[in-house]
Amino acid sequence: MSATTATTTAPDAIRPAARTVQASVPVRDTLVQIRSLAWRALVKMRRNPEQFIDVTAMPVLLTAMFGFMFGGAIAGSRASYLPLLIPGIIAQTTVTACVAAGVQLREDMEKGVFDRFRSLPIARIAPLAGPMTADLARYLLAACVTLTTGVLMGYRPHGGAAGIAAGLGLAVVTGWSLAWIFMWLGTVAKSARSIQGMSMMIMFPLSFLSNALVPVGTLPGWLQTFTKINPVSHVVSAIRDLMNNGTVTAQVGWALLGCAAVVAIFVPLAVRSYSRRL
Amino acid sequence: MRRARSNRESHAESHIEGQGAPASAIAVEARGLTKTFGVNRAVDGIDLTVREGEVFGVLGPNGAGKTTMLQMLATLLPIDSGQAMIFGHDVRREGHAVRQLIGVTGQYASVDEDLTARENLWLFGRLQGLASKTAHATADDLLTRFDLTEAAHRPISQFSGGMRRRLDLAASLITKPALIFLDEPTTGLDPRTRTQMWGTIRDLVAQGCTILLTTQYLDEADELADRIAVIDHGRKVAEGTPDQLKAQIGTSSLRVNLAQSTDTEAAAALAGEVTRDTAVRTASGSGFSIKLGHANQAADVLIALRDRRLDISDATIEQPSLDEVFMALTGRPRHTSEAETETEASRS
Repeated sequence: MSATTATTTAPDAIRPAARTVQASVPVRDTLVQIRSLAWRALVKMRRNPEQFIDVTAMPVLLTAMFGFMFGGAIAGSRASYLPLLIPGIIAQTTVTACVAAGVQLREDMEKGVFDRFRSLPIARIAPLAGPMTADLARYLLAACVTLTTGVLMGYRPHGGAAGIAAGLGLAVVTGWSLAWIFMWLGTVAKSARSIQGMSMMIMFPLSFLSNALVPVGTLPGWLQTFTKINPVSHVVSAIRDLMNNGTVTAQVGWALLGCAAVVAIFVPLAVRSYSRRL
Repeated sequence: MRRARSNRESHAESHIEGQGAPASAIAVEARGLTKTFGVNRAVDGIDLTVREGEVFGVLGPNGAGKTTMLQMLATLLPIDSGQAMIFGHDVRREGHAVRQLIGVTGQYASVDEDLTARENLWLFGRLQGLASKTAHATADDLLTRFDLTEAAHRPISQFSGGMRRRLDLAASLITKPALIFLDEPTTGLDPRTRTQMWGTIRDLVAQGCTILLTTQYLDEADELADRIAVIDHGRKVAEGTPDQLKAQIGTSSLRVNLAQSTDTEAAAALAGEVTRDTAVRTASGSGFSIKLGHANQAADVLIALRDRRLDISDATIEQPSLDEVFMALTGRPRHTSEAETETEASRS
């Protein structure tokens, strides 16, 4: 019995704080929360390096495969195919890399730690925007690995440092914007596995039925129409103009406009359906 | 135990005075709380009032709706119908305000498996508005308090069940919430860790926290709670202090094993004389069990046995089990059908 008196020796240690509450999360707090959750995502990436396979090994494999196999058939020689191919693969790999965002969110949501996020007074967008911010590193890595592989195979971009940087930047922005589609899928799908399937259905037509790998002129008419409205084609063309010639063409505008439209539609959808799951 | 309670009360009073709030402040007020999953009314019109500074226990078997009720109060599940207020804030309409006032520790550790203990606490501190430095200091402080300093830099995957629970509870205390929800804080813990957890919870109480805890164990509710609500099939079947409930439930019993099984019959008869009841022989044949009208009768029985030189090998006093509680309160045995257990599992 006497032992219980020890419990009162530190009465001020955990005293309920003064109860003033805020009605909503201020923007500054939201940014801190996003940054903290981005940090969490980066730490997790570092501790599970196998997550990087799709942004390291895959781009090398794709670049080498397409370069050596189709170079002669499509453009006459590997050297003349590379300026067409490398920007295409850069766009393709970053776009493919963003599929993982939805799968990971879904897996994360099934874990106990998301219950805690839900019980905390934090901005509803933070658990989504945090990992999205960390993923910028993945897209940049995918774009750089592809570019490096291309250069090793003989690709010589003539757009200058600024053009190359702008090309890589556009690829990253595209990956980040399209990833919101998969974040939304992540919040509505039943399981991580089903997201994988649905994402492939969306990703393959978008990335392959574009001008990424072949000159559009060789395609049948109906397919040409699709490739022309496919936003990935605009991104590929924009990156080609930036990296190969260092010119900012209207394609950059279309690409950015497409990205902005995706973000404007899918960010609210994702946040709303994430909050609904409460 | 009694001593700890009275300490807690006096402290809670001084704390309330310090804040200038009325002594009868209400922490949780729920009316007709209801949640339906398909055709199953998991929570079926529960009323609940938890006063500030008290430990309120929600006692019930698996599938009774305890977790569902708690999740609704903690804004983790939408409320189908009914009303709930936490410190005067409507849970349905002011979820964000409510989340600033509560700490939630679930049945399953809600910490990040890939981060270390210290990283977890730092992250939750940052998310709740602490500066990076303060968050580190708070993390270290909580790790010390919860005896996790040695494990601070280890990944959670290497933690034992008890360590996870402690870390989980620590994570709920970062912002010193006024109200803490504990969902079955000791389910699945070994007896030693369980006792440690009880000590931790008592410390919180001594420091003026209001606690709403769910449990399947009568002894846990008895040890920790000031008042208890018994829940069955989503409905409240009884409410009161542990003593009030125990008075309703009935009596404890003394179970004795004898050193020589040949003595059993004589010993059982003697115990029957002392307590004026009938002793029941145990299945093994070397012991008996007898109901006690009062705890002191246990000593009377043992002394009588000693006087007659009937040597015992062991003796235990058994509290009424939860099954007996349910028998007493609902008039039928508690039954947890498989379907119910499954819905409970899929919910969590």
